[in-house]
This record gives sequence, C-alpha cells and structure tokens, in this order.
Amino acid sequence: MEIPSVIGAGLAVIGAGIGIGMIGGKAMEAIARQPEAYGKIQTAMLIAAALIEGIGFAAIFAG
Amino acid sequence: MTYITKFSCAVLLFIGNFALANDIVQHSEAPEKDTKTEIKEYIDHHLQDSHDFTLFSSTDESGEVHHYGFPLPVILWDGGLKVFSSSKFHHGEELAEVDGSYYKLYHGKIYKTDSSGTISYDEAHGEHPTNVRPLDLSITKSVVMMLVTGLLLVWLFSSLAKSYAKNGSIPKGIGRFFEPIVLYIRDDIAIANIGEKKYKKYMPFLLTVFFFIWFLNMFGLTPLGVNVTGNIAVTTALAVLVFLLTNFTGTKDYWKHIFDPLGDGMPWYGKMVIYIILVPIEILGLFIKPFALLIRLYANMTAGHVVLMSLIGLIFIFKSWVGGPLSFGLSFAISLIEVLVALLQAYIFTMLAALYFGFASEEHDHDDEPELAHL
Amino acid sequence: MDKLVNDFSFGLFIWQIILFLLLLFLLRKFAWRPILNAVNQREEGIKNALAAAEEAKKEMQNVTADSEKLLKEARTEREAMLKEAREIKERMIAESKEQAKEEGDKMIKQAQAAIESEKKAAVADIKNQVAELSVEIAEKVLKEQLSNKDKQLKLVESMLGDVKLN
Repeated sequence: MEIPSVIGAGLAVIGAGIGIGMIGGKAMEAIARQPEAYGKIQTAMLIAAALIEGIGFAAIFAG
Repeated sequence: MTYITKFSCAVLLFIGNFALANDIVQHSEAPEKDTKTEIKEYIDHHLQDSHDFTLFSSTDESGEVHHYGFPLPVILWDGGLKVFSSSKFHHGEELAEVDGSYYKLYHGKIYKTDSSGTISYDEAHGEHPTNVRPLDLSITKSVVMMLVTGLLLVWLFSSLAKSYAKNGSIPKGIGRFFEPIVLYIRDDIAIANIGEKKYKKYMPFLLTVFFFIWFLNMFGLTPLGVNVTGNIAVTTALAVLVFLLTNFTGTKDYWKHIFDPLGDGMPWYGKMVIYIILVPIEILGLFIKPFALLIRLYANMTAGHVVLMSLIGLIFIFKSWVGGPLSFGLSFAISLIEVLVALLQAYIFTMLAALYFGFASEEHDHDDEPELAHL
Repeated sequence: MDKLVNDFSFGLFIWQIILFLLLLFLLRKFAWRPILNAVNQREEGIKNALAAAEEAKKEMQNVTADSEKLLKEARTEREAMLKEAREIKERMIAESKEQAKEEGDKMIKQAQAAIESEKKAAVADIKNQVAELSVEIAEKVLKEQLSNKDKQLKLVESMLGDVKLN
C-alpha cells in the first residue's frame, strides 16, 4: 500500500511545529532567566525557528 | 505610530477585505460552477502573476464578465522579439495573432498554438499542456509592482538622503520613521552578523532587500491584489543574488571551512573517511541555504494570501448572518497578523542573508562559531 | 515540487534580477551611501562632542583644583603673615617695654642722684646757715655775756662741750 505523500508532508510539518514550539518555549525560559539578554535570545530564536520552518516548507512542497 | 496612522491602516485592511470579497461574489454569481470551485479558482488566479492589471471585475445581467483595469505589454521571444498589448488576449478568452503565430493565454501562461487554439495535454497527468511555451519577458502585474515599489523606494530614500544634507544630519518627516529601521539593520543585523570590519560592503544589499521585500509584502495586503513576494520566480531571483554575493565575496577561510572543515584537527587518513560524507554535505549546504531562503519567503506569503482569501471566501459559502461576520472578523484578525508577517519575513530574509554573508566573510577561527552553517 | 517548477516564470525571474540590480545600484548611489554617511557623520559628531564635553569637564576640574590650591596657598600665606605680624607686634611691645623700663630706671637713678646732691646741698646750706646763726648767736651772747669774765669762760667751756657732742 502506498502512503500518500501528503501524509508524509503532514508528519514533517508536525515535527517542524514541535521544533518551533520548543524553540519558542526555551527562548521564553531563557528570557525569563536573563531578561537583559532579550535581544540576543530573540535573534537566535528567530534564526533557529526560521531554519526549521524552512524544513517544514520544503516538506510541504515536496509532498 | 499615531492614532491617525493606526486608523488609516485599519481602514485600509477593511477596504482590502471588502474589495476582495466584492470580487469573489461577482465571480461566484457566474452560472454553472459551484461556489467552492469558483473560490478555489479565484484564489489560484490571485496567487499567480497576470498579464494585465485588473483592479476589479463585475458580471452584468446577461452573464458577461467585465474587467476593469489596464492591459500590460506582452513581450515574447519566439524566433524573434514580439511585442503586443495583453488586451489582445481578452483575459484569456481569445487567441492573439502576431506575425502569423497564434498564442493562447491559459492559466496565466502563454502557449504557442494554432489558429484554432488547440491545447494538447500531458498524457500522464492530463494537467500540463505540452504546447511550446515561448520565452515570456512580458511586463506582468508583478513587474509593474516591482517597478512601482522600486520608484517609491528611490524617491523615498533619496529624499531622506537629501533631507540630511539640508537639515544638518537630522531626519525630517517620514525619515524619522525609516531612519531607526535603517540603523537597526546596520547595528543589529549587519554589524551583529557580519562584523564591524566588513559590514559596509553588504549594507546596500541588505537595506535594499529588506525594504524591497517589506514594501512588496505590504502591497500584497492592499486591495491591489498583487502577490509579488509570493511568487517563486521573484524569491528565487533574490535567493540567487544572495547565493552569488555570498560565494563571490567568500574568503579563504570560508572555502577552507567547506572543503577542509576539520583543519589540522586530524591526520589526512582520518579525514579522508569523514570527508567523503562531510564535504558533500557542506557543498549541499551552500545550495540549501539560499533554497530555504526562497522557499520560506514564497511559502509564507503564499500561505498568508491563501488563508486570508479562504477566510473571505467562507463568507460566500456560509451565506448566513452568523458565518459572514465571523469569517469577516477572522479575516480581519489574520490581516493584522499578516502585517506583522510582512515585516517579520522581510526581517528574517535580511537577517539570514546577513548571517550567510557573515559566514562568507569571516577570517578567524571557526571553533567558537555556532554551527548553523550546516543547515 | 512539481507545482513550484510549473509556477516558475523565467521571464519574471529575469525581470526581477534586472530590476533589483538596478534598484540596488540607484539606491546605493542616491540613498544608502548618503544616508549612512550622514548618520556616521552625525554619530562621529556626537562622539566628538561627548569627548569634548568630557575634556572640558576634566579641564574644569583641573581649574577648580588649581584655584583651590591657590586659595589654600593664599590662606597659608595670610596665616604666615598674620603670625609674623603678631610676632613683630609682640617683639615691638617687648622692646618698647624694655626701653621704657631702662629709661625709667635711668630717670629714677638721675632723680635719686639729683635728690642726693640736692640733699647734700641742702644739708651744706643748713650747716652754713646753722654756722652763721650760731656765729650770730654767739656774737650776741658773747656781747651780752662777755662783760663778765667768769661767765665768759664758763660759757666757752660749756659750748665747747656741746660742740663735741655734736
């Protein structure tokens, strides 16, 4: 039985979603711990999130 | 932002929603097709580039569709340069005959055809026409929007530059809004990622790319109904420029990082084994980085437009007193989020471009750098 | 992926590259360079102004320190002068006192000497007068008494005896 590629794409997006969620959550924790490093944490968070997002999109378009 | 600006933004978004809604309802009143397919087709059409600039369309009592807007020049290279107005296509309803060749506009693309307009399809999928596609260099809607944005940017920022000369280095008027953004890009994007020494070389590119993407994203939210940054060709062009700039300005260390990432940390026979895997990954990374860049921008903007227009389309599917306001409210909220996304995507594109430039221009040890280069 | 490739319009790609490079060139020439230069200049200006202010502050501090030093010096000088003046005053007083004392002593001595000589003169005078008076008395007595020889003798004797007693 062939699994539709849409399902694979969906799975990849779930993974990416979890990843971005974790990055966001950890960034929040980090900011709570060190509010003075807010800017740096935010930048790093956005970069990491953007990279994962790229994987998610790649999966969507591959699917 | 003053209250007036906030208010006018809100009004603009409202009007945007109404205009799109109006457009859809006009289409959906056309007979034969059911509303859902109609909306889907409308959205598909909106996401694509078009050869004429249609502001809105309407259907009269006899069922005839009228389009209001202006035609754009079509430029084809098909054994010679062929220039004619897109009004010849009558919005895809008729064939255009130029110098004895026939062209047909089919789903936003121009195909070469015969006098009867035959389109033959791909046998395997039955979707894609197999007709010859001449090289299409037309001034499309997207090209027009890019020109408009370009002119706007040149006018805006050259007048800002002039106001500095006149005013003794103090910005005036709208410059007070844009100057902090320019400084933010310089300090927190360029200097932070590329470094104090070499950021100057990349500043024009970063600033241009940021404002270009941001303004086009914002234009995408207006009732003009353009989707320039949500077009794969546009984002590809931007990513290609980033790729070229990254690799042409790459230092010795940058290339060494790709072809000899471990350096002196290991004897050559050890490296051989690892490098069989590592070097191809690094080289692949060179291309994946700009690819992710182009896909991200394209997908975000396209997804935003799809969500927005689907929500507006829901009004005509529900056709009830509850569904209408609900989907209107939802689409309004998404519009606001899209304003944020417009800025955020421009920021992320610029940020990542700066990060890649930073990798390309670094000259010291790589040991303490985050290993984001692999992604 | 198929959809992406199908959507890709090569013409738009070329237009985008051309237009973007043109935009980049124009903005670089007419906007970014002047803006960044102006901002840099302004920042440089602010930095310089701050440095100048800092310098001025330092100078000010130096001046204050200098003036304080001067003031201190002046104060010590004044103190010294006052002290000297007081010493001079005291010395003068002491000197004059001594002088006065000497003078006084001298005067007292002179006075004493004068008194002594006066006294001597007076005593001598008195002696003379006494002698004259005694001679006169003696004359008178003699004139009266010397009429009687016995009496004369007796008198002489008694007088002599008196004189011895003196």
